[in-house]
Amino acid sequence: MTSVAGGTVIRLADAVVALGGFPALAGASMSVERGELVALRGANGTGKSTLLRLCAGLVPLARGAATVLGVDLADDRVAVRQLVGLLGHRNGLYAELTCRENVAFTAQLVGASPNDVDDALQRLGIDARVAVTRAGALSAGQRRRTALASLIVRRAQLWLLDEPHAGLDTAARNELDVILRDATRSGATVLYTTHEVDRAGLATPRTVTLTGGCITSDVSSKFGVAQ
Amino acid sequence: MTVGSTGTPTTRVIGALALLITGWVVVSAFFITPADSVQGDSVRIMYAHVPTAWIAYLAFVTTAIASGFSVARRHRTLGFDRVAGASAEVGVLFMAMTLITGSLWGRLTWGTFWQWDPRLTTTLFLFVTYVGYLAVRRIDTDPRQRASRSSVIALLAVLEIPLVHFSVVLWRSLHQEASVLNTDGDVRLDGLMLFTLFSGVVAFTLIFAWLVIHRQRLTTLSDLERVVGLDAAIIARRAENSAGVSA
Amino acid sequence: MNTIVAVAKKDLRIEWRTRTLLARVVPFALLVLVLFAVALDSEALLLRAAAGLVWMAMLFSTMLVVQRAFDIETSDAAMDSLLACTAHPSRVFYGKALSLFVQLLALAAVLVTAAVVLYGASVHGNRVVLLVTVVVTATGGLATVGTLYGAVVANMTGRDSLLPLLALPVLAPLLIAASRATEAAFGSQTIDLANGWAWVGVLVVYAIVFGSAGAAAFSPLTESDS
Repeated sequence: MTSVAGGTVIRLADAVVALGGFPALAGASMSVERGELVALRGANGTGKSTLLRLCAGLVPLARGAATVLGVDLADDRVAVRQLVGLLGHRNGLYAELTCRENVAFTAQLVGASPNDVDDALQRLGIDARVAVTRAGALSAGQRRRTALASLIVRRAQLWLLDEPHAGLDTAARNELDVILRDATRSGATVLYTTHEVDRAGLATPRTVTLTGGCITSDVSSKFGVAQ
Repeated sequence: MTVGSTGTPTTRVIGALALLITGWVVVSAFFITPADSVQGDSVRIMYAHVPTAWIAYLAFVTTAIASGFSVARRHRTLGFDRVAGASAEVGVLFMAMTLITGSLWGRLTWGTFWQWDPRLTTTLFLFVTYVGYLAVRRIDTDPRQRASRSSVIALLAVLEIPLVHFSVVLWRSLHQEASVLNTDGDVRLDGLMLFTLFSGVVAFTLIFAWLVIHRQRLTTLSDLERVVGLDAAIIARRAENSAGVSA
Repeated sequence: MNTIVAVAKKDLRIEWRTRTLLARVVPFALLVLVLFAVALDSEALLLRAAAGLVWMAMLFSTMLVVQRAFDIETSDAAMDSLLACTAHPSRVFYGKALSLFVQLLALAAVLVTAAVVLYGASVHGNRVVLLVTVVVTATGGLATVGTLYGAVVANMTGRDSLLPLLALPVLAPLLIAASRATEAAFGSQTIDLANGWAWVGVLVVYAIVFGSAGAAAFSPLTESDS
């Protein structure tokens, strides 16, 4: 298990994931390089969340091949969990701890310093008042940002975000886009899902579309080249 | 093993032998062996009770060993896990029979349905533990996750059951009357009774083997069905895509 | 070690803020003791049974506390993130078990006091040492087994009914040993002090066995999710 310095972070070849006998992912192939910011687009039920969970090592690979950050998911998907940060529909926060305490707890586990915590909170625009509010009392956007701060503190190499823009107003969404772009500049790779058409195109150099559990289009809008 | 049934020449032989020997045991137990001088005819329950108790513990050991192998070789094969599960199901059945026959025997001999002696009490705990184990097996649908979770539970049971037995023995030793309440302790066994008892053990072991083999084959088939079903579902889903759903 | 302490402190901090133990579990446990008195209707019998009843109440209360300990982890999928942050799942086990131990110890102190007050039990002289040792070792066993089986059922629906089914049979030896040893501490006729200490030996073995088994099992148990 090695971290990849500039190289392929995700490689899927005809990956199939079965949830309760149903092929949620029915043969997806794609390749993502380090530092890329990729939007995963598709209607509900097309396998976007499942693809993220596969890359996070949370669901077993039924067919095909999948390698994430050098780890073969068929062999040892548990090992990839430490390298990857998944933000699903839930944020992984403790409701009774404050925003700062939640992030600080993560920092303690990974051996990061209190400075790293302050740093992360600042990068996410979390002010002092929010930082000392109980996570249970925060708004959806603030909870998202707390969870993202934890990802930064963890120095996760791959960020997998499931509909991170959902429930946020326009200003908050734009802020989120800035944060995600920043993250890629610091060396992380970001893959997020969305089911909005224009959002994907505007904010991201690369859009991958899923239909019926398979990848049906892969467009880099910067160069306008379909792959 | 053809897909129509889970029988093979081996299981047919085992089944036939089991039937034969069980037939002999029944005849012998009821008609040929003598009644006990103290207990009378109620001693005949022993021919059912002792073998079922033996099988209950055999099932426990089988599940434990199979689970151990399942943990050690979990990347290779699920066969051990299937055997563990099958053995547990059959085992729970025999544990229940042990408890029922033991209870009836006690009732007939001493007028009470239950004694808190170590063997019965430990069997009761074994029964409850394995009911729990079977409940855990139903949690996961993916065979590999099922194997992983339930083998841990089975191995924990291996730790638990001796601890339970040991503490129950210690506990009952505080109550002086415990040593007397041994239902088969004061039955003198002559040659024929011993032989019938032994045949009963053999017969029940064969029944156990027959049931476990069939049960784990059933599990293999249903796991196979999931695999085949998945392949079909994948093909169907891809066909939907190329049939022109918007890209 | 850091991870263990961090996890334990986190759990205890959350508990302190919600006061679930204080506000709900302690009253529940006391209520159980009172209901035993109502059901048994005999002060002599209650005194004789005091030790066993205290540990029965502890066992039931442990189920509640364990549920709560894992509810905070699963309500927002926090445990998944937690496990992703550490390379040693066994340390998470020890951390949660430590927090559970502290909470259950507080509960045990309350229940023993209640037994003295409500049931008329009494402890003198060097029996106090025995009593304290029993409480500490038995609570250790409760904490490790509770954490272990709490993790087994953590992510399931319907886990509230499965936890007692799995954990209580495993806790039976602990119940036997703790009850007998506490009887000895309360000064019973059938069990003398030496026997009481023998039962403490059983409790120590139990706590060590399940402490190690739990740590080893925590990893495979938490890697699969439902």
